[in-house]
Amino acid sequence: MKKLFVPLAVLTAAMFAYAPIAIANAPYESTMLLIQKIFYFHVPSWMAMYAGIAICGAASVVYLFKSRPAADRLAVAAAELIVLFGAIGLVTGPLWGRKAWGVWWQWDARLTMALLLELVFIAYLLVRAYGGPGSDKLAAAVGIFGTAVSPFVYVSVNIWRTVHPLNTVVPTLRAGMFGPFWFCSVAFLLLFTLLIMLRTSLANEQARLDELYLAEDDGAA
Amino acid sequence: MFLRTALLVLRKDFAIEIKSYEILSTTLFFAVGCVLVFAFALVKEGQAPPDSAAAILWIALLFSGTLALGRTFERERYGETIRALLLAPAPRPALYVGKLLGILCLLGLTEVLLVPLIALLFSAPLLERLALLLPLLACGTIGFAAVGTLFAAMLMRARTRDVMLPILLYPITIPVIIAGVRGTSALLATPPDEPTTIMWLTILLCFDVVFVTLSLWTFEPLMTE
Amino acid sequence: MKVLVVVGTMLLMLVILLPGQAFAFQAPQAPTPAGQAPPGQSEFIPVDQLPPSEQLPAAPLLIAAYAFAWLAVFFYVWTVWRRLNKVEADMRVFEKRHMRGNPR
Repeated sequence: MKKLFVPLAVLTAAMFAYAPIAIANAPYESTMLLIQKIFYFHVPSWMAMYAGIAICGAASVVYLFKSRPAADRLAVAAAELIVLFGAIGLVTGPLWGRKAWGVWWQWDARLTMALLLELVFIAYLLVRAYGGPGSDKLAAAVGIFGTAVSPFVYVSVNIWRTVHPLNTVVPTLRAGMFGPFWFCSVAFLLLFTLLIMLRTSLANEQARLDELYLAEDDGAA
Repeated sequence: MFLRTALLVLRKDFAIEIKSYEILSTTLFFAVGCVLVFAFALVKEGQAPPDSAAAILWIALLFSGTLALGRTFERERYGETIRALLLAPAPRPALYVGKLLGILCLLGLTEVLLVPLIALLFSAPLLERLALLLPLLACGTIGFAAVGTLFAAMLMRARTRDVMLPILLYPITIPVIIAGVRGTSALLATPPDEPTTIMWLTILLCFDVVFVTLSLWTFEPLMTE
Repeated sequence: MKVLVVVGTMLLMLVILLPGQAFAFQAPQAPTPAGQAPPGQSEFIPVDQLPPSEQLPAAPLLIAAYAFAWLAVFFYVWTVWRRLNKVEADMRVFEKRHMRGNPR
């Protein structure tokens, strides 16, 4: 796993270096023209966020029921990345919306629930920071509940037709847009993998240090 | 065994509560205060904005529910009865269901007060549309209380429990509130938009099933420490 | 070490990217007629709203969006780097203390 880190970093770097060229060469969308190009970073951000939600949810379940510390470390790493990529999506979205719809924010289903998910995982990080002893299990419960709410997010746009582009936009992308979109998606998912490896290694180092301190205390006692 | 335990826990809470009616009366009065605050904030020239009745009903329920949850478990913590409960040879999920039923009774009584009050103050035809309003309120309250009871129970030992409960509870129960408010305002429209209300009711039912199951499943590992 | 690799490659990406981003912002070229001046207007026709092309320019919003995405990722990597450094410093202190106390 650790050996993959440097080649992965190089590959991600190369993909992100090429991304602007791919995006610039993509055709303009007929009604939104230039501003639609935010799409190539906006949607992959959400994909990375959902990957994070899936990982955090699964890791939280494992931690809550099997008490494996590695699962807890993975859950924390995933939660931080959810907040990061969610923030990117929630900022690029309104910047796009300001031009395309005329307003910064719309209380339609998908935007609302996306904001909600971001808040749930910020709450996860707050519980870990301020919840006191036993907060890792509490946070695991928050993670599980947050993950359980997320399918409703995906379904919501299909039930309530609103100003937000529908889920069917992605499967019906034409040739010129298809390439850059999937290229950026893969780049973002690689970035997500890279960052999660980095963050879990930090968590592992912290755990090792805690163990050393505890062993020291036990030895001195 | 399961149901008996749950009902015993409920009976215990009733027995404590009827001695002083402390939680009930203060929660009811707080709900009324909430409605009044919204009334003064929103009413302009003697008229409230069109859909405000639905919104105020659910917000008052949310706020008073959060306080009631905090105080119910504070009572357990203060009396240190939670340790006794956990030591008892009873299935843990039954304890959860018992506490949940207690909260549901409390919130049910709050709704009995709130619905006529809001119908009166905001001239909303809530009482004429009870056939669909009651299931909507029931499902919404169950969804909110299910998550709330779990989080309040697990936060009992945390130092920042008072502020943590809303922080954790509100984002996860906002879908319940959205469905409740939209369903209620569809119901209050003239003529009542029943298909929409039923759609929202179905969504609430799905929430309830998912959240109650999850809570039952995670209560045991969370309280075992 | 790992963090240095990540930050290094990202800085490299940025250096390659910045001129590359310039290519993303070319507006579509309107076809120009073959060197003729448009015919004179006989009357002014009032319009209620500016046509969309004259309204809010898209480029600043686009730049802001991509800039935020990059800054957010760099900020996060920087916070991880800071915490890793702190943990490694604590470990070194710890090891030193043990070397002094119990040379084995």
